Amino acid sequence: MTTLATPPEESVDAPARTVASAAPRRRRRRAGRVTAAGPLTYLLLALTTLVSVFPLYWTMVAGSHTNAEIAATPPPFLPDADLFTNIGRAMEEAPIGLAIVNSVVVAGCITVGTVLCCTLAGFAFAKLRFRGNGVLLGLVIGTMMVPTQLAIIPLFILIAELQWVDHLQAVVLPTLVSAFGVFFMRQFLTQALPDELLEAGRVDGASTWRIFWSIVVPVARPAMAVLAMLTFLTAWNDFFWPIIALTTNNPTVQVALAGLGGGYVPDRAVIMAGTLVGTLPVLVVFVVLGKQIVGGIMQGAVKG
Amino acid sequence: MTIASDDPRVAAVTAPPPDAPPAAPAAAPRRRRARLTRNRWGYAYVAPFFLLFGAFSLYPFLYTAYISLHEVRLSDIDGAEFVGFGNYTALLQNEFFWNAARNTLTIGILSTVPQLCIALGLAHLLNYRLRGRTFFRVAMLMPYATSIAAATLVFGQLFGHDYGLINALLQGLGLDRVDWEAGTLSSQVAISVIVTWRWTGYNALIYLAAMQAIPNDLYEAATLDGASRWKQFIHVTVPALKPTILFTIVVSTIGAVQLFGEPLLFSGNGMTNGGASNQYQTLGLLMYDQGWTNFRLGQAAATAWAMFLIILVVVGACALIARRRARAER
Repeated sequence: MTTLATPPEESVDAPARTVASAAPRRRRRRAGRVTAAGPLTYLLLALTTLVSVFPLYWTMVAGSHTNAEIAATPPPFLPDADLFTNIGRAMEEAPIGLAIVNSVVVAGCITVGTVLCCTLAGFAFAKLRFRGNGVLLGLVIGTMMVPTQLAIIPLFILIAELQWVDHLQAVVLPTLVSAFGVFFMRQFLTQALPDELLEAGRVDGASTWRIFWSIVVPVARPAMAVLAMLTFLTAWNDFFWPIIALTTNNPTVQVALAGLGGGYVPDRAVIMAGTLVGTLPVLVVFVVLGKQIVGGIMQGAVKG
Repeated sequence: MTIASDDPRVAAVTAPPPDAPPAAPAAAPRRRRARLTRNRWGYAYVAPFFLLFGAFSLYPFLYTAYISLHEVRLSDIDGAEFVGFGNYTALLQNEFFWNAARNTLTIGILSTVPQLCIALGLAHLLNYRLRGRTFFRVAMLMPYATSIAAATLVFGQLFGHDYGLINALLQGLGLDRVDWEAGTLSSQVAISVIVTWRWTGYNALIYLAAMQAIPNDLYEAATLDGASRWKQFIHVTVPALKPTILFTIVVSTIGAVQLFGEPLLFSGNGMTNGGASNQYQTLGLLMYDQGWTNFRLGQAAATAWAMFLIILVVVGACALIARRRARAER
């Protein structure tokens, strides 16, 4: 499994090892290829941006017209006034308001739990030597390959027996397990947490627990923030398990959207309005934190 | 599955962000660290993760293996009947399984190959000195922030037969309308477009991160040798990115084998059969169909294990290629 464990950064390694602190590395990075982009580059990038954003824009356009208007030739390309009517009807067809509240609760709990669990475990794997740590870490990384499908049936039986179907904890608890998160925090702390700091804490007589909260967590904060953003995004968008564990009686946004698109609503404008409402919260967060998320993905460079 | 956890290359995966406090010199004295941090408390720190992992990952994996050896119905879970490898042999003789495997393979190729090629080109463009660098990067990542459900509902409309924008565009160009959902290839192309749309920007950023780590001297040397931009891209950039490319192939393949939400929602009728003639039923969808539409959990469990085996084979092949390459370079 060395493929997963030795990803892209094989090449990052050269500058990373010779450069001791982060600041010179930043300069180094900027000194990459500094050729200025030509007009063709801008044109191609603009085109890609258009392709990336257009479907989302069109969701708004379609969601703000009547069904008949979208079907016209040529189709409309500007938003219209029917958005709120359509949203209102979408909310009658599917409990989108409840779904958004549920998604906030579910994604919030998953984020807090995952970041906490992964920071604890990541710290132990990065800095504490204990018997079997290599094997356990191997187990963590190995699970990144295991398809979700492999766990679904027993999990469903489990939550059915616990009578958790349609309860949010059925989605939260299994999703707290993030092998990626443990690996991510370990990689960060191995590099960013100097042993001298731990040593100093130990000399002052601090317990490991104390050291964790007053030394490790402050150092780990930037990585925790990145992990939190990626986890929230993934949890908000998670589809497979929620659609099995929940029904449209108590859905997350994705389950509600699946219900909306499930063939019972013939009005395409209403479906698009619902999609817009369900996607908007996460898109707003994304526009605000986009720069940080981009930075996080480029540091992590491992798909979550 | 040996993990080279002490490999320095692994340690470089997550370089600290620029605003992080200075990292320790890489050559920290190992002996001292070992004495200071040899610590049984390690178990306590990994315990929360492994408790959850045991309950919600490990136990289910094993239980799925157990179920796959039994005939189990969703309505009567306690009435499991041992059938040995019956579910697996039934699977191998099941035309739906082979159909789904074929569809998964085709959609996997149709989505992964263009996605990674475009991502590579995009990363190259993003690596120039750009105005509005952050804007382009964030814009390219927007699809990644869009959920499978939302993306599929929108693209389902764009690919609609009568009123879809894509058919309107085709007609505007003087071409025939395509019944995207009904055809085998057309539906698989449409689903691949959704996957490609969602993941290309993400992969571009990963390639970009790796490109920025390529030492500048390599390009300077190439320039001195009179290599054109294109030649530099082919002879410097791509070889340096090989480990990253292999990595993204592995990750995309793992995603492609599990493809589920897109084919489920693309039908627009909530059916799990993947089209009227199962033309875009993937393995993930077939497994759901067996378990939650037909209530045959044993069959579904066998399909899930088959999916895992396929992933293992692909990842194993990539690991082999990586190792052979590493040896050849030595």
